[in-house]
Amino acid sequence: MKSVNAVIVGAGAAGGIVAKELATAGLSVVLLERGPWYTAHDCRKDDLRNQRTTVLGNAFGPDDDGNPRVVVDGKGNARQVLPSEGGYQNNAACVGGGTLSYGAQAWRYMPQDFRMRSTYGAPAGSSLEDWPISYDNLEPFYEKAEYEIGISGDYAATPFKGPRKRDLPMPPLPPNREFGILEPAAKRLGLHPFHLPMARNSVPYNGRGPCMRCRWCCGFACEVDAKNGSQNTVLPVALATGNCELRTECMVTQILTDDSGHARGVSYIDARGNAQEQPADVVVVSACAIESARLLLNSRSRLFPNGIGNRYDQVGRHLQGHHYTGAIGYFDFETYDDVGPGASIAITDYNHGTQGLCGGGMLANEFIRLPIHMTDRLPQGTLQWGSAHKQAMRQWHKRSIVVMGPTQQIPSASARVTVDRTVRDRWGLPVARIDGNVHPHTFDIGEIQAQRAAAWLKEAGAVRIDLMSHRPESVSAGQHQAGTCRMGDDPQSSVVNRYCQMHDVDNLFVIDGSVHVTNGGFNPALTIMAVAYYASDVLVRNWNGTRFRS
Amino acid sequence: MFNRREVLAAGAAAGAGLMTGCLSHSSRWEYLRESEARTLSVLCDQLIPADDWPSASQAGVLTFIDRQLMGPYRRHRRAYRRGLDEAEKLAASRCGVELARASQAQQLEVAGALERQSPEFFDLVRRHTMQGYYGSPRHGGNKDAVSWRMLGLAEPPLRGRAQYDLAAGAKP
Repeated sequence: MKSVNAVIVGAGAAGGIVAKELATAGLSVVLLERGPWYTAHDCRKDDLRNQRTTVLGNAFGPDDDGNPRVVVDGKGNARQVLPSEGGYQNNAACVGGGTLSYGAQAWRYMPQDFRMRSTYGAPAGSSLEDWPISYDNLEPFYEKAEYEIGISGDYAATPFKGPRKRDLPMPPLPPNREFGILEPAAKRLGLHPFHLPMARNSVPYNGRGPCMRCRWCCGFACEVDAKNGSQNTVLPVALATGNCELRTECMVTQILTDDSGHARGVSYIDARGNAQEQPADVVVVSACAIESARLLLNSRSRLFPNGIGNRYDQVGRHLQGHHYTGAIGYFDFETYDDVGPGASIAITDYNHGTQGLCGGGMLANEFIRLPIHMTDRLPQGTLQWGSAHKQAMRQWHKRSIVVMGPTQQIPSASARVTVDRTVRDRWGLPVARIDGNVHPHTFDIGEIQAQRAAAWLKEAGAVRIDLMSHRPESVSAGQHQAGTCRMGDDPQSSVVNRYCQMHDVDNLFVIDGSVHVTNGGFNPALTIMAVAYYASDVLVRNWNGTRFRS
Repeated sequence: MFNRREVLAAGAAAGAGLMTGCLSHSSRWEYLRESEARTLSVLCDQLIPADDWPSASQAGVLTFIDRQLMGPYRRHRRAYRRGLDEAEKLAASRCGVELARASQAQQLEVAGALERQSPEFFDLVRRHTMQGYYGSPRHGGNKDAVSWRMLGLAEPPLRGRAQYDLAAGAKP
C-alpha cells in the first residue's frame, strides 16, 4: 500500500482533530476507524439502545459479538464482559467516537487541575502527579477547540475558572425550568451558578442549525446535527483538503517498527477481513485510553518484547475516569419541562480549595431523565414493583431534579489496562483486561460533593432528598476514560513526553485522553480536543523541520 | 417508516393468525411456549398492575420480552425457561392450580415467594418488564406510548421549542 506521511488510529475526539490539522498543513493522512460512520437514523431516539442505556445493545458500537473484555473486580475475580454491560467501561466505536453521542459538556479544566500534586501533595497509595504542561500552555488550544468545534454557554457569572482571552462563540441555550429553580437557590447559598458550556449550537453556527430542545440527547446522535463532534466539524474539513483518506471498519492490529526501533506504519484488518499494512512516516494512536493502551501492549517485537513504549511497565497504568456522585431532590411542584438537553446550570465553586480534600468537582443538573432512568431513581424505600412503584413513577417523574458531578479522581498505578492471556476478540487479538480500584480518597471527595448537591436541592425547595453516593469495587473509566499513557518528562514514570511523543520512539504519538495525568473535576472532552490541537501544532512544526527521519 | 424487524414481526403475527387452524400446538410467540407466556403474563402484571392505566401485559410487555429473547436477550433464555417453571411449581404447591387460574391474591403471593426464592430471576423479569413498559414503543412494549402518556409527557414529542422559550423568558 502507498506510504503516507501520517497514519492515525481512531476517528474520535482527538483523531479527527489531528487528521484535520495534519491534512490542512499539507501532510498526506490515512485515518483508520474500527467502526462505521453512523447517523442519527441508526439510533432513532431509542430509550433502550443508545450509548447511555445499553440494555438492548450499544447504538454506536462496539457490538456484543466478538468484542469482549476481561474485568477483574476488587476481590480479584476475573470475568468476561460484553460491550453493553457496565463493567466493560465502553466509550464508542464509530466515526466521531464518543463525540457522536456524548452529552457534549465542553469544559476547560482549571489551572490547579494541571498541578494537582504540587497543590495538594499525593495521598498515600496514589499516583497523583502534575502535568508537564500548564493551563497557560493549553489556553490558546482550548480557545481554538471552542471556536472550531463550536461551544455555547456563558462562564461570566463564576470567578472559579481559568483566565481566557475570548468569550465562547455562542450564547447559552435559553434556560430550562430546572435552571430557573436552581439558579436563585445557588445564589442564596453564596454560590456562583452559570450556563454550563456545551458543544451544541444554540444559534446557527458552522453551517448547521441550533438545538431543537428534544428529550433524547446524552447517549444519542442528534437528528438535526446541532451537537458538535469531530464527525460534523473537523472531519469534513480534513476530508475536503483532499489530503486525508478515512477508512472505516478497519481494525488496527499492530504498530509496525523497523530494525532501528522506528515506527514504520500499522497493520490492520479491513472491512472485508483482509490483512493490510499501511506504511507511514508518523504513527498517531488516538483510540481512547483503554484501546490505545491495548494496541501498544499488543505491538510486541524483538525490540519491544512487552509492547511498544512499555519499557518501564507504564503503559496502561493510572486508568481513570470519573466517580459521579450527587443527590436527587423530590419536589411538591413540577420541575420537568421536557426541554432538552436538560443539563443547563453548573457551579465550579467546589472544584478546589476545600481543607482536607485533594480537589473536588463541578456540580450540574443532570441531562433529561427518560422514564426508564426514573424506574430506579424513585425515593429510597419505594417498593421496586407493584402498584406503589407505578404510582411513585406518576408522582415523581416530573417532580424531581438530579444534581451531580464528576469527582476529581485520585489516580492509582494499580488501576490499569493489560492484555488478557487467553481471551481474544473477533480479529484474534488479545482483549483488554481491566484491573484495580479507584483510590479511596476519591470516594471521600465524592461523599462531600453529594452533601453539597443535597444542600443545593434543599435550598431549591426539595421536600425530600436522597444522596447518590457509593464506593464501588472497580475502576472507573467509561466514556471519561483517561490516563493509560501518561504524559511526563521522565521516561521511567510516563509513556509520552510533553508533546505526546513516545519517549522511546520519536515518530510515534499517543494523542487522546490516555495522556491525561489527572482528569480534572469536569467532563474531559474539550481537554482531549485542546491537547489534540496542541500536540498537532508541535507535530506539524517538527514535520516541517525533520520529517521524523533520523 | 418500519425497520426490518417490525415488518417481520407484523408478518409473523399475521401468519400466526392464519396458521392456528392447522398447527394446533403452535405458539403465538416467537420464543415463549403458550404456557410460559401465561405464567410470565401473570408475573409481569404483578410488577406493573392495571389501575387507571394499563398493566404490563396490556401494554405489550410480553411481546417485548418475547422478541428480545430472539435477539439481545437470547442469553437469558435458560433463566426464563427455568424461572417460569419454578413459578409454576410454586403455584402448584401453594394454590394447586396453574398460576394464571389462581386468584389475584394468590398470584401476588406467588410473585412474592418467587422473589424470595429466586431473587436473580425475579429481578431479571422486573428489569425487563420496566424496560418493556417504560422504554421505546418500537420494541413491542409501551403500546401507543401508554406509559409516557401516563407520566404526562408530550406524545408525539415536541420539537423546536427554542423560539418559544426565548419568548417566554427564564421563569420556571
